Amino acid sequence: MFSPRTLSLFAVLYGTWLLLSGIWEPFLMISGAVACLLVVVIAHRMDVIDGEGHPIGLTWRALLYYPWLFWQIVLSNIQVLRLVLHPRLPISPVSGWVAAGQRSSVGLVTFANSITLTPGTMALTVMEDRIHVHALTQGGFDDLVAGEMNRRVCQMEGTGS
Amino acid sequence: MNLAIDIASWLLLAAGGSLMVVSGLGLVRLPNVFARLHAAGLADTGGSALLLLGMALQAGWSLVTVKLVLIGIFLFFTAPTAGHALAHAALLGGISPDDKGESEDDDEDDSPDGRGG
Repeated sequence: MFSPRTLSLFAVLYGTWLLLSGIWEPFLMISGAVACLLVVVIAHRMDVIDGEGHPIGLTWRALLYYPWLFWQIVLSNIQVLRLVLHPRLPISPVSGWVAAGQRSSVGLVTFANSITLTPGTMALTVMEDRIHVHALTQGGFDDLVAGEMNRRVCQMEGTGS
Repeated sequence: MNLAIDIASWLLLAAGGSLMVVSGLGLVRLPNVFARLHAAGLADTGGSALLLLGMALQAGWSLVTVKLVLIGIFLFFTAPTAGHALAHAALLGGISPDDKGESEDDDEDDSPDGRGG
């Protein structure tokens, strides 16, 4: 019941409550604590506080991964922007399978979400070891096949070399 | 100092708004469902991020900024899920992702393509 994961869930919930309310009255702060405690107890009884529901083990490595992802999103935003505004619309839509080396479902979902978040590539179907991807340009698809993003998500997950 | 923040904020808001317009333009210009989804991705990521940043600069260091950041985080995790659901629905609906040309019933599929992004 009092594992680091449950305590962390309570801290996250209560922090969100305090920040969203912004009213520092004892009554509201205590009722917030009671509500968060209730949620944690119910989630514990439902047995959903695990590595999937509240992946605290990923926090530090995720802090390394997400800045890189933001930069990729900026780059691909500019790329798609230029494609859309180009008078001749020089797109070369392509779809195919990209290998996914993640072992956990959290890692796999992160990889698929990252693909969809970078404009120009989109995950259509997710299998255990590969992802069906649609890309707006052949170049965008080749970059994914080259596996830089796959490798970085594996690293974040802790299974990478 | 205030003026500099105001200018930066307005630049961000204008850039975000323009990106939203380009995203809408892409929805119209691109040939089929899957290509159009990529254009919608511009509004989901760059457009909303720039607008939220511009609004955060207007709000300063306050609880409003915290809420804007929370909105950004929620969009960041839910937008790709919605996009994936739409793409997968199109795939299951029998639209081939390898189809390079215009979709056959281009006049009719205008509304299902738009995500209101």
